[in-house]
Amino acid sequence: MTLHRFLMAKPWIWSFAATIIVWVVTVLFTGGASSFGLSQAALTFAAFSVVVGIGQMFVITLGPGNIDLSVPATMTLSGTLALKLMDVQDGMILVGLLASIGIGLIIGLGNYVLIKALRIPPIIATLSMSFIVQSVAIWSNRGLRIKPPETLANFATSGLFGIPNVALVALILSVIAWILLEKSIYGRWISAIGQSTFAARMAGIPVDGTRLVTYMLCAVLASVCGYLLASFSGGAALNMGSEYLLMSIAVVVIGGTAVAGGNSNIPGIWGASLFMFLVVSMLNTYGFGAGFRLILTGLIIIAVILLAGGRQSLR
Amino acid sequence: MTETLKREEVVAARGIKVTFGAVKALDGADLVIHAGECIGLVGHNGAGKSTIVNVINGGLSPHDGSLSYSGNETHGISAARANGVRCVFQELSLCPNLTVGENARIMHAELKGWNWRGRALSLVETQLREIFPGHSIDCDLSIDDLSIAERQMVEIAISFAGIDKRPKLVILDEPTSSLDAGLAAQLMAYIRKFVAQGGSVLLISHILGEILSTSDRIVVMKDGRVVADRMASEFNTRSLVEAMGNVVREQEFARAAAAKSGAAVLSMPPRRGHGLSFQAYRGEMIGLAGLGGHGQTEALLDLYLDRNSNWWPTQKREIAFVAGDRSLNGTFPLWSILKNLSIASLGQLSSNRMVDRGREDELGAGWKKRIEIRTPDMHNRILSLSGGNQQKVLFARALATTATTVLMDDPMRGVDIGTKQEVYEILRSEAANGRTFIWYSTEMDEIRLCDRVYVFRNGAIAAELVGEEITEKNVLAASFHEGDAA
Repeated sequence: MTLHRFLMAKPWIWSFAATIIVWVVTVLFTGGASSFGLSQAALTFAAFSVVVGIGQMFVITLGPGNIDLSVPATMTLSGTLALKLMDVQDGMILVGLLASIGIGLIIGLGNYVLIKALRIPPIIATLSMSFIVQSVAIWSNRGLRIKPPETLANFATSGLFGIPNVALVALILSVIAWILLEKSIYGRWISAIGQSTFAARMAGIPVDGTRLVTYMLCAVLASVCGYLLASFSGGAALNMGSEYLLMSIAVVVIGGTAVAGGNSNIPGIWGASLFMFLVVSMLNTYGFGAGFRLILTGLIIIAVILLAGGRQSLR
Repeated sequence: MTETLKREEVVAARGIKVTFGAVKALDGADLVIHAGECIGLVGHNGAGKSTIVNVINGGLSPHDGSLSYSGNETHGISAARANGVRCVFQELSLCPNLTVGENARIMHAELKGWNWRGRALSLVETQLREIFPGHSIDCDLSIDDLSIAERQMVEIAISFAGIDKRPKLVILDEPTSSLDAGLAAQLMAYIRKFVAQGGSVLLISHILGEILSTSDRIVVMKDGRVVADRMASEFNTRSLVEAMGNVVREQEFARAAAAKSGAAVLSMPPRRGHGLSFQAYRGEMIGLAGLGGHGQTEALLDLYLDRNSNWWPTQKREIAFVAGDRSLNGTFPLWSILKNLSIASLGQLSSNRMVDRGREDELGAGWKKRIEIRTPDMHNRILSLSGGNQQKVLFARALATTATTVLMDDPMRGVDIGTKQEVYEILRSEAANGRTFIWYSTEMDEIRLCDRVYVFRNGAIAAELVGEEITEKNVLAASFHEGDAA
């Protein structure tokens, strides 16, 4: 019984268990030769999912109907504009970062203005916002591929003691997010809003202010992720965010955050992000084609959500 | 009176034991209900009343003891229903998105085939007219659009209705908690009629007057056992309260003498453009009275929402709210008792916007003792508490804040008399320290505790009563318009 209760209290355990299984299976297939390289690649690519996933998790915590679909477009625009602004000069790295944070703040504000002022459901509001943002990215990019500044590119692709720098950045952001969620008043507020908006309002929580901050936080994290991803991959591409739409939501759900809101956890996002990357590389090592790989990925996500849904009961 | 013992046993539960983990909810309770009698069931929150009801209606299987319907030993929800047992729950259990008629279909599976909606509608309407003559409920509306009192009336009517056969036993768990005095009296009269026709009723209520006047026999429960089971005529209010294990206290409080001093702390212009305006002064206890659903809750919500920013965190909270409909705007179901308690006072429990767990635990322990929240651990889920204890947590949430004004939306629903008296005393002492309370209540006893009362009618304030003017007669008189057909 105590083991059972322990597992119930820590829903993120499952995503880590799944990650370890997939890692072992993949390494066994390659005869152990790839274990270091695989782990490093997993940490690098998981880091990007973690950063956008954390933002999405805060939004999903706000309760049923809350979701941010503008994440991929935000990543693209932030990556594109930041690289354009920095223009391969090392001295502009910080300015570029600030600009991409600024872009995130504006997009987050725009999302909430649409939701609140026009009373559009978040799913539609953020989707329409993503069309606008994506169009701005296309218009400003004009097919040019600008390289990131040398130092920034080096930073994004190298590591410290064998751990990729982007993973370290994601870890720092995760720790900050964990403190916000578990220790701060803000974390209590979003959890309360996710359980019952009306009750939260009557308990004196500034509901609209909290939701606005949350949508802005999500967009800023997506922007920072776009900035890092563009620097990592040697330039911004117009489709660079597209796979992160499903990814940002999947890692939140697989990680054990309640889809209905009010209950979320950060460690699970790490487990789920590593898992998602490893599943794809496992299918790659087994030599499956792209189409089959996508089908399997979809099936795995559905299976995990079904299992996760069975685990959680309200009382 | 001994002839009741020879009548047919509708339900007999003997030596029932039910445990939830370490908690003994029922510890060998006996309850036998005969045809043609009304049994009053009283006891504290957590005494086991709701649990024994759930055993009788089949929702819970007893871990020990015997249960029989009309002499046949069996249990389960379908067995209970087949034996004519119906139950009106304390937590209203209608589907809010369906119409009244559609809800009747859920309870009465016989309503099927062509035009079942029409038949369902006429079934409920007939029954509503029979129990609450002169009601004004539109049965085509969905439950969402009804007030909480109207929902309760509909649920009662659906339970008493029968198509082929009438129910044998109707269990009413706090049926009058949202009804005003007039409707409650109609229901009590109907119960007597139903019983006279050979039906049985198990009536659970914290309003002892109802129990004493309506029941034939009264069963008192305490700590999962039946501690008294006697004819109603052998009880009076004092002996009943004593049987429940309370010391009777005289409820007369000295009303705050120097009311209306200084400037008003809260005021509101006349609502809907007519009636009186509203003012509240420091240290006052103000009652909002009138028939249920005449705009009292809306007035409280307006008072609250106008003074509470939806965008900026308030530095100093001036106003707090105690919910009456706790599942709608009170509890956070995923959280522990402690988090539910502290949510409104996080500002004073934290430094640099980070919550200090030590100070939070201290606050929880203090209120657990002060208001006697019955739980082994404040970190247990809020839903592990009985309804009355959840309500205590909501009280503590509001009182723990620094707010100088507390709004209360009929908060004593389902709270036992012992707790009520404790809470009244806390309210009195807080008011003496300068807190202002604005209290909507459907119970006359609570309205009488107030310094000043505003009586609502049709969404506006129809009358103001001060001090000695606050009597049941005056409140009722102001609640009804002269021309109204009540």
